[in-house]
Amino acid sequence: MINLNWFPVWQRNFLVWKKLAMPSLLGNLADPMLYMLGLGYGLGGLLHQVNGVPYLHFLAAGTLCYSVMNSATFETLYSAFSRMHVQKTWEAILNTPLTLRDVLVGEWLWAASKSLLSGLAIILVIWTLGLYTNFAMTLALVPVIVLTGLCFSGLGLAVNAVSPNYDFFLYYFTLCITPQVLLGGVFYPPTALPPWLAVAADWLPLTHAVNLARPLLLGRWPEAVALHALVLLAYGFAGFLFGLRQTGRRLLR
Amino acid sequence: MISPLKLTGLTKRYGDTVVVDGLDLELKAGRCHGLLGPNGAGKTTTLRLALGLIAADAGTVVLLGQRLPERAEVARARVGVVPQMDNLDPDFTVRENLQIYGRYFGLSKREMIGRIPALLDFAGLAGKSEALITTLSGGMKRRLTLARALVNDPDLVILDEPTTGLDPQARHLIWQGLRRLMGQGKTLLLTTHFMEEAERLCDDISVIDQGRVIVQGSPRELIQTHIEPHVVEIYGDGLDEWQAGGRSIPGAPRPTTLPSPSGRGGEGDGQGSANHASSLSVGHCGRCERAGETLFCYTRSPEKVVAELAAHPGLRYLHRPANLEDVFLKLTGRDLRD
Repeated sequence: MINLNWFPVWQRNFLVWKKLAMPSLLGNLADPMLYMLGLGYGLGGLLHQVNGVPYLHFLAAGTLCYSVMNSATFETLYSAFSRMHVQKTWEAILNTPLTLRDVLVGEWLWAASKSLLSGLAIILVIWTLGLYTNFAMTLALVPVIVLTGLCFSGLGLAVNAVSPNYDFFLYYFTLCITPQVLLGGVFYPPTALPPWLAVAADWLPLTHAVNLARPLLLGRWPEAVALHALVLLAYGFAGFLFGLRQTGRRLLR
Repeated sequence: MISPLKLTGLTKRYGDTVVVDGLDLELKAGRCHGLLGPNGAGKTTTLRLALGLIAADAGTVVLLGQRLPERAEVARARVGVVPQMDNLDPDFTVRENLQIYGRYFGLSKREMIGRIPALLDFAGLAGKSEALITTLSGGMKRRLTLARALVNDPDLVILDEPTTGLDPQARHLIWQGLRRLMGQGKTLLLTTHFMEEAERLCDDISVIDQGRVIVQGSPRELIQTHIEPHVVEIYGDGLDEWQAGGRSIPGAPRPTTLPSPSGRGGEGDGQGSANHASSLSVGHCGRCERAGETLFCYTRSPEKVVAELAAHPGLRYLHRPANLEDVFLKLTGRDLRD
């Protein structure tokens, strides 16, 4: 991280992405838009208000965090796995002066950058639909997106490192991603959960991302900012370091 | 001049398996060094150790004057690598592949734009600069991989089976390229399963088996030192009878008793019996080895063997000078290693 050796790796991924930037961005938007429109209007029509705000407003922060998580996860699972295992791009890079750490830092920051883009796209939608209370506060969402992206990119690299094939990722989605979507406060306030489940949800990184993003969209400054930020960073760094060690065992043995 | 690569007592274990076992190797600058050995002999592991990608359990690696693995990144800046499997970037064009790879060596876009035409020329891909990798033939991909290994103008080029899977035309093009590199004074280290390739290209050869260098020398030296100069390959109807000692030409010298061949089995003859060259009418062979339906006679006096074979019209034979492959098979045996 101290040097910039990772930059060519980041740049390589960026140049590939640039070739397909438009479809990629539209893809980033389509899924969350469907969630917001379908659930926002569908459920919102029945619920009217959640925690004192229209359901669509409530849902926006959850959708934002969920999209950032998805983008970071897909990039570090499927795309990174292709580069590592199928195309052997990482092996080609390792024959140059770059090290595995450089490669993985580059991948980590790239996935976080890509998820930042998809988060920014959602913010654009939020602005367009007016799903915010205080415009200035929505700008504070950017660092939240960055933290969330780093968190799930790091975790994704850990999973990538131990995956024998693409099918393995399904376990991660079923056991880790889906529970976070359903329990992390994306669709409803965590207070709706029975206490034991709410405690469990507190351990999920997505919960902390939502806890930062939602107040900002509803015009309030979030509580325990440092705690939430630290949890996201801790998950991200732990995932990255585990991923680095396991990828080393996998490729450099 | 200092050696571009010096390996001393290099050892690498995986669990209980010793893959590289006290290997010594010293390259001479400006020469092509071939690393030969059956599958699993430790060639690729040796190359990975030499690049500092993996750490040895014992021994030292000095690559271009740098002690590895500590100084691997510095040393690799002056090395080019052609891996066994092509790993060109399928998301990029030919030109972009070179340009992006240059970035990993810290070469700017501007510098690479200056170098790319010569590299494309070298690879015979001048007209293909905007082609996608997926549209290239196997030979083109291999040439591009070779050109990519040269983006940093390396002092040492390491090639792991550079021509495996190529047709003869493509292989010859690669050979020409490698000769040109030697002409520019670059040192080459290559592994190959093609003895012909090693014989043509390499100044020095190390034969590796079970993680150790078992012999070393120029192709000519190895052939002169380790094998009889002539080979007669005999096959066809009546080989068994002839080999078993059907009395042959009157007046032929009395056959002497031969040591039986090394005892390593011939592959897949399915009979399990035919591997022992008997000592009767095949007595003119210096040394015989049966592999399946063919008897290999390694000899200093092929005329007598050939003369004797003339009396056996059912037998067919091929008389040729001994080559590196004969040396290789003698030293490493005929057993499959997969």
